[in-house]
Amino acid sequence: MQILFKTRYEDDIGFLVKTGEKVRVGMVLAFLFAAPLFLQTYYLSELSLLLVYAIAGIGLMILTGYTGQVSFGHAAFLGIGAYCHAILISHGVPFSVSVVATMILCGLVGMALGRSASKMHGFYLAIATLAFLILVETLLGEWVSMTNGYAGFAVPGMKILGASLGKAWQQYYVNLFFILLVIVGAANLFRSPTGRAFLAVRDSELSARSLGVNVEWVKIQSFGVSAAITGLAGVLLAHQLSYLSPEVFGVLESLKLMLMIVVGGLGSILGAVFGAILISVLPIVISFLKDVLPPAIGQQPGLEPLLFGVIIVLFIVLEPLGIYGRWMKLRYFFETFPYYRKSSFVRQKSYLKTERLR
Amino acid sequence: MSAPQTLSVRNLSIMFGGVHAVEDVSFDVNPGEILAIIGPNGAGKSTIFNLISRLYEPSNGQIHYGDADLLALSPHQIVATGIARTFQNIELFEQTTVLQNLLIGRHRHMSANVFTNFAFLPGVRKSELEHRRKVEDIIDLLEIAQYRDERIADLSYGARKNVELARALCAEPSLLLLDEPASGLNTEETDDVGFWLEDIKHDLGVTLVMIEHDMNLVGQVADRVLAINEGKVLACGTPDEIRANKAVQAAYLGVSQ
Repeated sequence: MQILFKTRYEDDIGFLVKTGEKVRVGMVLAFLFAAPLFLQTYYLSELSLLLVYAIAGIGLMILTGYTGQVSFGHAAFLGIGAYCHAILISHGVPFSVSVVATMILCGLVGMALGRSASKMHGFYLAIATLAFLILVETLLGEWVSMTNGYAGFAVPGMKILGASLGKAWQQYYVNLFFILLVIVGAANLFRSPTGRAFLAVRDSELSARSLGVNVEWVKIQSFGVSAAITGLAGVLLAHQLSYLSPEVFGVLESLKLMLMIVVGGLGSILGAVFGAILISVLPIVISFLKDVLPPAIGQQPGLEPLLFGVIIVLFIVLEPLGIYGRWMKLRYFFETFPYYRKSSFVRQKSYLKTERLR
Repeated sequence: MSAPQTLSVRNLSIMFGGVHAVEDVSFDVNPGEILAIIGPNGAGKSTIFNLISRLYEPSNGQIHYGDADLLALSPHQIVATGIARTFQNIELFEQTTVLQNLLIGRHRHMSANVFTNFAFLPGVRKSELEHRRKVEDIIDLLEIAQYRDERIADLSYGARKNVELARALCAEPSLLLLDEPASGLNTEETDDVGFWLEDIKHDLGVTLVMIEHDMNLVGQVADRVLAINEGKVLACGTPDEIRANKAVQAAYLGVSQ
């Protein structure tokens, strides 16, 4: 077991202070950078998609897990991001300009939504964001001159600085670059005043106000940051799908994002990543199971959604803290070996819970 | 730390439906003193605090702190005039650590720019370290170093009380409103609170207004006492005068037969 002896205030600010963290993160990074060398194209593009969902998950996590504002409308920002970017680059706008413009647009739309939602709590906020989603989905479908409606919109190939990046491994590295940027940025946010104000609003609006936090403005900011990051995920998703259709960005997609962060563990960036891994890996495991199981069971229609549902229900019942909570326990087990007992985590358990989503 | 000023409350009233929770209350808090507000449950003590921190909109009256007209400000602007407060039912940020709570206490002195924060530019790091130093001074003063990295949800009630006081002090107020700082604490802890309040008054030069039921604590630290009943001022004076006041005895302290 390692006890960290802190001698400078920097130790509380820095990332990856413990040796174990450095090793773990180093191993994950090494795996991610080397992945194209040994993964088949199919698995590589699945991994690419995972990274995109992880970015979207972090976007929603900032709003729901850290600021305590529920949103069932985040697929709308994926949609706006994807369409805006696709339309811009099909008009010849360079990739980098388009990404920035799309993020700004999504951020502004998010702030507008946040402005109207800043006085709402709980169910009302959930319904308002849901209404916003339906509005955007309809708009994407009906604005035929811009989006080509339900016929779909073909996304031009990715080109950065004149170099065409159409291959799976090239897109993968672009996604990897952006997710690292987003993770570091989000982590930065929560070790600085802006992010702490988000946490303050999540835990007690009353005392946040009395300490000088402008609660309404914080909510607007949080919606803006969250929407901009989700919009970035939309941009990358557009290239991943290469063909856009409005119904992709519907209620189900929103629920998927919400499920990701809840199952992953609310209130941690790692939780969003874990959630993205779960929803990406589960379908692969299930399709693998289909081949292994006897045909009478394996070929039943509806097996996939059923298993998906069962696994998620089991998670929510058995580990309400999400995968992140399970991970914390595992870590404590090794860090405190051989002293870990089942009840050692009971105390820790109470503080991992972010149950006040208002 | 800005210089303490006079808090003047004039003809303050608020009605909840047909109930006059606070009715025509006027008082002054002089710079550098400790004023205790006492009164039975439901007398309107906390309501006065909530009016000063602008959580409620008064139906009548004025509140000035120095030159600042508090009624012209929004709730989040109050702390910028130098007024910080604690709550009766502790309102800490439960899922964050003590250190984070105290740093949020310093929010009014920090600039929260999303873009520089997202990039964590060197300036942000520098300001984080400076504010951390200020927070550590308060941690030393209130002796809560052992809780620094604990989540609030893991702390005992008494420790939470101290952390809430510390968080309010981190805002570097010139006037501190304390809503029952000693409620739920044992005798020993209450004595500690008494010493701290005197330290805060003398060393930090902070004016204190506290709502408190513990008359021993009030007698020990308060310079003046304001007694309230049913939303009205019963009496105002030194602790001994208040103890001797017949109306206060009848309403609050109890009359010996």
